[in-house]
Order: sequence, then structure tokens, then C-alpha cells
Amino acid sequence: MVDISTSIGPLQLKNPTMLASGIMDEDAGSMQRMIDCGAGAIVTKSIGLKPREGYANPTVIELDHGILNAMGLPNPGIELHGDEIKKLRATNVPIIGSIYGADANEFVSLAQKMQQFGANAIELNVSCPHAKHYGLEVGCDPDLLQKIVSSVKQHVSLPVFVKVSPNIMNLAEIVQSIEEAGADAIVAINTVKAMKINLETARPVLANKTGGYSGKAIKPIGVRCVYDIAQAVDLPIIGVGGITTGEDAIEYFMAGASAVQIGSAVYYRGPEVFKSVCDEIKTWMKNHRYTKITELIGAAFR
Amino acid sequence: MNQPIITTILSSFEEATDIKTITFRYPGKITPGQFYMIWIPGVDEVPMSVSSIKQDVKGITFRNIGDATQALYRLRKGDQIGVRGPYGNGFTLTGKRPLFVGGGTGIGMLAPLVEQARRKKLKSTVILGVKTKDELFFEDRFQQIGATVLVSTDDGSVGYQGFASELAKDIIKKERIDAVYTCGPEQMMRSLLSFCKTILFQASLERYMKCAIGICGQCCIGRGLRVCVDGPIFDGTTLKKVQDFGVYRRDAAGRKIPF
Repeated sequence: MVDISTSIGPLQLKNPTMLASGIMDEDAGSMQRMIDCGAGAIVTKSIGLKPREGYANPTVIELDHGILNAMGLPNPGIELHGDEIKKLRATNVPIIGSIYGADANEFVSLAQKMQQFGANAIELNVSCPHAKHYGLEVGCDPDLLQKIVSSVKQHVSLPVFVKVSPNIMNLAEIVQSIEEAGADAIVAINTVKAMKINLETARPVLANKTGGYSGKAIKPIGVRCVYDIAQAVDLPIIGVGGITTGEDAIEYFMAGASAVQIGSAVYYRGPEVFKSVCDEIKTWMKNHRYTKITELIGAAFR
Repeated sequence: MNQPIITTILSSFEEATDIKTITFRYPGKITPGQFYMIWIPGVDEVPMSVSSIKQDVKGITFRNIGDATQALYRLRKGDQIGVRGPYGNGFTLTGKRPLFVGGGTGIGMLAPLVEQARRKKLKSTVILGVKTKDELFFEDRFQQIGATVLVSTDDGSVGYQGFASELAKDIIKKERIDAVYTCGPEQMMRSLLSFCKTILFQASLERYMKCAIGICGQCCIGRGLRVCVDGPIFDGTTLKKVQDFGVYRRDAAGRKIPF
């Protein structure tokens, strides 16, 4: 009998496939559909203090081996999004509130609100590669990051996950400072900063010019980051980046991830991707005589 | 591949006050009711349902109403736009005695569907609902293909004075209509649905869109129905369960805006 339940610190998941932030998670109805489709946990869109429209279109395009986006952190603000999270209180699938801010105070206010609205954990977005003053601009400064994480931990009782970027050279140093500050898990990776130029018009296609690359092409980058993080810290890791099949998820487990997040594959395989990936994980484990996810976690370096 | 292909505008024609049709070369199939994402480089990218299909030449019909459509309105023959798609599900023409109800610019995207119905020799009635006479377009186009055309205006400047949905209510009974296809203001379509208890109903919905490939969640209605992929055409059975229908849309930030 194969058991694919997993845990991330204190958080129990019936299966290891989580919905990644920014995909089908602007309102309660969308998140509910992803739960119906079998997601083991839901990460909300990244929410800030105030409503934000994001960038003009084009915000998303598909490239040969992945998807390029610069949404610009659009969100209705924490108060309005709270109404959506409250509607999901009856579900038994964990809801993880993703938040972004420019400093520790903003992150603390947002985390407190998320806790109040009924979120089961917090994910700090310190890695969005295309938003001025936010995301990656916060996440590559170890001192600022440490202050944010420790302040949030002091003010909320929920588990705190920190989503990191592959676009930094000092990844080990960054995750160690996140661990020292008391975070409960690392989420890796956010999108890879990238650009697409249209030849006929000689201009970048995205309105914001640069964006974040996701999907199949970035899986090896994500696997490498998870592996490196697993060597640097003792925290649970949630792997994300290009996971489209059960075997992709298993590769991330072997690199050290305890769970995975799925985003672009909702495009490649439809909302049913969560159930499909779970079935594929089970089949692979059965064929290779594994019974628990824990037997796979970190198998590549044990 | 879901990225804009640059094409050249072949014609730009003013159909009525502030309403234009532009055509461009874009090979490939498209079903009535499906849409393209139209990129105006340096301005915006917006969803536009197809309003004319002539082999490799496709057309869109729109009102000059925002930044993107104003920019499109100003473009001339020879100017470049980017096109990706087609997207969405499109209409499914079923039933033997269809009624088509277009409100405002919603009239435009019904045209290829009415043409399809006439090619199948279906007796077709089209109701064109506009605010006033100056906004009326495609009346000739529908008449030329042999559809019965009825016009309603809010101010009574031409045709029936009142809402298109009220006019439709009478026609549905009198003409023994067995299927209604509509595109227009959502409150109009919602009241139309209330008159279609037992007959087939398909409506084209419009929402602010970003990705158009079913991942960003911007255009979702109800329990995660993506207007860009699961729509933009929804049937009556589905829409009766969607609380947002005719009630609110969401803006670029995700805030709910009542109709």
C-alpha cells in the first residue's frame, strides 16, 4: 500500500501536490475548483496591503519550453482577499496565505490578517523577479530578510514558509539566514528572470519587458536549488518549478523536497493535473517498492 | 504557440458611431464565438471575438471605449498588430429555429454564427439591441444572408422601443424558438435566460483577461470557470448556477465591480 501523505513541519497534507501562488487563486471559486481537482494544499495569490492592478497586457506568453509572465503582483488587497479566504474555512485542505511587502512592518500586518482570516500557514513572497520594491528586491538582502522572517514569527503562531529565488548567487547564505530567523520551511523556486523579444516589432513582448520564466524549462534549475538548500539547512523544503508529471515530483523529493507546488502545469495538463500527478507518484512508488514519501526525500544525497 | 504573431491590418471600416471593424490576415480555423488576443504594441493586449471569417482573413468589431480600443480605432490599413489564438470554446449550433440576440457591440461576434446557421438553411431571427439609431450596425449584413432582422432601441429612434430581451420574450413564444444565442450586456443576457426555461441557451461572456490560457485566474466566474478556456460561451444550465452572472465582474486588481 502506497501512502502519499506528507508533512511540512506541523502542516499535514493528504497528498504532496500544492497549488503554486499566482495560479487560479484570485477568488474563492477558483481555489475551490483546484481543491475539487485534488490539490493537497492551496497557496493564495500574493497579497499586499492595498489593491494593485499589476502591469498592462501582455502579461503572459508561452515560449517553446515554458511560460513567461510579468503580472506585476495584481491583487485586491488583504481586506478584500480576506473575504475569499474566509469562504474556504469549511475545507479540510490547508490554505497558505502568500503575502508580499516592502519591509518587516508590512509583512507583519499582512501575516496577522492572514491568521485572522483563517489561513493555515503563511508564505512570504520575497522572490518575485519583476516587481519594484518588492519580491526579489527584498529577498536578496540577508539582513532585511532575517528581520522580516523573525518579526513575522514573533507576531503569528502559524507556520511561516519563505519562497526563494533562483536569481541569486548567495542562495546558501540566504536560506541559512532564513533558518536562523525561525522560518518553518523553504519554498524553492520562484520564476527565473527572463525576456522575450518580438523580432517583427523589435520590442520585448511583455509590457513590463522582463518577466519570470516558469514551466518545463526551469525544472533542472529548481531541482539544483532544492538540492543545494537541503545541504545548507535542516528545514523542510517545498519544491516548485516545472513539475508537470509524477516523475518530476519524485525528482524533487529525491533532491530533498517534502512536497511540491504546481503552477504552469495547470496549463499543460489542465486543472486535473493534481490528481494525475498523484496517481503517477503512486504508480511509480509502487513499481519501485516505495511505500512512503519520506523514503524518497533526500534520496539523492543520503 | 501562445505568443503574438505580427500581422498587417487589411482594412478598417466605421460601422456606426464609434464602432469599427478591422480585418487582418491570420490563417487557421476559428469557430464562431472564439476569440483572439489582439496586441497593440506599446499599448495593451485585449480579447476580441471574431466577427468575420473569410478563409485567411479574419475581422473583429469593437467600440472605441478604452485605451486599447482607442489605439485600435486609430490604426489604419498597413499598420501592424499582434494576434494570438484562437481561444475559448465557441458556440455549438444546435436547434432548428434559432434566435440570435445581440446587444451593443455584442452584435458583431454573432455574425459568423448567424452565417453558419443560414448555411445550414436554418430559419433565423436576429434581434439587434442598441441604445439609439446611430449605434446600429450589421442590419444589412444579416438581411443579405436571409435572416429576419428586428431592431430595438432604448430611445425608440428606430424599431421597437425598449430592451432587446423584452422583444425576444415575444419572439420566443410567437416563432416557437428552440435555441437562443446571445452576446451583450450581462443584465440583458440574464433576463433573457429567465425567458429560456426549457429552450437551449448559449451566452458569450466578457471578462478582464490576462493570460487567456487558463492559468492566471483573472477571468474566473462561479466555481473557477475560466471564461478564457471553459468559456467564453456558457450554456443556460451552467449560468443558472453562476452567482456572478449579470451581477459583478472583477477588475485588474481582482476587485468585484457590480454591473
